[in-house]
Amino acid sequence: MTLPDAETLIQQLADIIRPDMTPNMVLVGMHTGGVWAAQRLHPLLDAGMPHGSLDISFYRDDFGQKGLHPTVKPTHLPFEVEDRDILLVDDVLFTGRSVRAAMNALFDYGRPQRIRLAVLIDRVEDRQLPIAADYVGAALQVPATQHIHLIQQENKTLMLKLVNL
Amino acid sequence: MGGNPQLDEQGALRHLLTIDGLPRQTLVQILDTAESFVAVNEQEVRKVPLLRGKAIFNLFFEPSTRTRTTFEIAAKRLSADVINLNIGTSSQSKGETLLDTVDNLAAMQADMFIVRHAQSGAAHMIARHVAPHIHVVNAGDGRHAHPTQGLLDMFTIRRYKSAFHNLRVAIVGDVLHSRVARSQIHALTTLGVPEVRVVAPKTLLPVDVAQMGVHVFHDMVAGLRDVDVVIILRLQNERMRGARLPSTQEYFHYYGLTPEKLACAKPDAIVMHPGPMNRGVEIDSRVADGGQSVILPQVTFGIAVRMAVMSILAGNS
Repeated sequence: MTLPDAETLIQQLADIIRPDMTPNMVLVGMHTGGVWAAQRLHPLLDAGMPHGSLDISFYRDDFGQKGLHPTVKPTHLPFEVEDRDILLVDDVLFTGRSVRAAMNALFDYGRPQRIRLAVLIDRVEDRQLPIAADYVGAALQVPATQHIHLIQQENKTLMLKLVNL
Repeated sequence: MGGNPQLDEQGALRHLLTIDGLPRQTLVQILDTAESFVAVNEQEVRKVPLLRGKAIFNLFFEPSTRTRTTFEIAAKRLSADVINLNIGTSSQSKGETLLDTVDNLAAMQADMFIVRHAQSGAAHMIARHVAPHIHVVNAGDGRHAHPTQGLLDMFTIRRYKSAFHNLRVAIVGDVLHSRVARSQIHALTTLGVPEVRVVAPKTLLPVDVAQMGVHVFHDMVAGLRDVDVVIILRLQNERMRGARLPSTQEYFHYYGLTPEKLACAKPDAIVMHPGPMNRGVEIDSRVADGGQSVILPQVTFGIAVRMAVMSILAGNS
């Protein structure tokens, strides 16, 4: 299967998010692909909007099976979460478990007024939790034996890649 | 299991008993993970759910306030249940052996033991004895090792000096009785610090100290010249048997860190101390409370480092 161009998806996402923007909005990217996507979206939406990054390693539900992720990255939210309108960004929405973990993590920083989710790729058929994205770049059906990875190239542009498990 | 009882067949950390023999990447992984836990400690809710439902036993056969408290805080911020036992005052005085105590606590479904013991090797013995799903952290055994203190010291150095490969570090004081010094020396050399010095009178140095890859100084002014980090050790009064020193006043005169002696180090040198401090014995209050002292940040970082160690161990089941 051919994957869509990540940079085009970023542009499309920005276009559908723009009408819904509020003055209270902040951008939060999920490590690692979501952080890259949020960095690309940020200037397209509003370069003055506060933005941060979230690592969900401490909130994952597979710690008991897999242990701690070997490369945990610090969470960096340089704004109050309390009462904010949060736009959460991830590269691929798959089982929904990462988003569940991200919401739990955010609530330990405060009570947001609202959380909306933007993803480049939605693997709609593979959901394991009642979670849906508000903004989707492209919806795809991907065989269970394959993963979609977002790659940041040297010039900071993004590319999607299919990986066999 | 091979030579290192701390590592499993895949090289993952099962227990933390000593820094000696741990690969650099393991130390770096702990320091990097601790960096993320510093961020957790700045959250509004200073807690993450990683160790929910796990039971961590603080087994302290020797008194300690700071270490036990920071382990307790660390475990609670990981959402574990913490049980504190000061065994010196309990079963041991009734004649129960160490391993019987451990077996009883394991029967209470312990997942991790944090062990402080006056006898070198106590934590190793417990680690060899317990069932495979139980993890052991050495919180100080005799003169042997205090790995989490060594790691939090490395974390503190990295925070202020950002890298290890260009540093000169002086460890000053009672190296002979200090498990902290041993752990620091192993950590510093493993992390690639090119010059580690120990500064002490002959009577407070182990005879084989030079074999640990350190430079030995008996004169403090020479030992501190141009160093980036000064680590002051506590004069271990309670461990001192026989007359190794004429008096604490004389010790302060030669080896107490005063602003004048600190001036020999680099101007941006940091001063560390594992605590508890004997003011006026190994350190002058003007230094302890001065601008180069990072002694209180060490305590704060100790929580994040212990959270990192406990969560990495608990994840390697």
